[in-house]
Amino acid sequence: MDIVWYVALSAVIFSIGAGGLLARRSPLVMLLCLELMLNASNLALIAFARMWANVDGQIFALVVMVVAACEVVVGLGIIVALYRNRVAIDIDELDSLRDPTEGAISD
Amino acid sequence: MVPILFFIAAFGAIGGAVGVVMLKNPFFSVLALVGHLFSLAVLFLLLYAEFLAAAQLIVYAGAVMVLYVFVVSYVGGADEPLDDGGGAPRALAPIFGGALLAVLAVAIGASGLKALDSEGAELPAGFGEPAQIGDLLLTRFLLPFEIASFLLTVAAVGAVILARRRRGLEPIADETPTDEGSS
Repeated sequence: MDIVWYVALSAVIFSIGAGGLLARRSPLVMLLCLELMLNASNLALIAFARMWANVDGQIFALVVMVVAACEVVVGLGIIVALYRNRVAIDIDELDSLRDPTEGAISD
Repeated sequence: MVPILFFIAAFGAIGGAVGVVMLKNPFFSVLALVGHLFSLAVLFLLLYAEFLAAAQLIVYAGAVMVLYVFVVSYVGGADEPLDDGGGAPRALAPIFGGALLAVLAVAIGASGLKALDSEGAELPAGFGEPAQIGDLLLTRFLLPFEIASFLLTVAAVGAVILARRRRGLEPIADETPTDEGSS
């Protein structure tokens, strides 16, 4: 298979992840969409590593995996903390930091 | 053989990604992501990244997904309506995704990398095997390796601090021991 197939697949998965990140309201599913985007970047990195026959890209993908694991741990910790404090697990409700004088964007 | 495997894995990966975005129940979204990760591991194997495929299966499909399933069942993943308003920004999400895909497609097409239309350069012996990855991690990439381990430690400590019970925010009835010293 030509490398361009893998890179194109990675672009498709990244776009699906980015669209889903904007479309969903649950922080859990938004974290899953972040995983999709990180995995798409991993696929591109490994495809380019294969293209140049150079393992450096695979090491980079390994580091991305580590960062993704850290992101999952901290993100899920925040969600559990929200749940413990009886805050709604909904992105639209988490607007404490928003400028109160500004009108609601979504309505 | 390779094209057949590629297309099976590619459809699995795209199907899993669409499932993550479209399924209402977060639990099923997590399961769709597991399928997506398995398909990606097959693709990694096709790209001669044996060590990364194994790490993907063990670290992602194993450990991280168990964490997700645990939190989904802890928080109680309720069905989430997909299209109950939310207004213009949320309705624009598919358009944004399509626009991003168009930009990426133009970037790939206009990159001018001639090697994109080939199977890749000639591979040296042992490409992507655990021995080579481990050798590089302990010699050339020692600093990133150590920084990654430090980052993991920081994340673990941060998660414990984030998720612990806080005192003083509101009284939690079942937390204070009541039967001690009463008798």
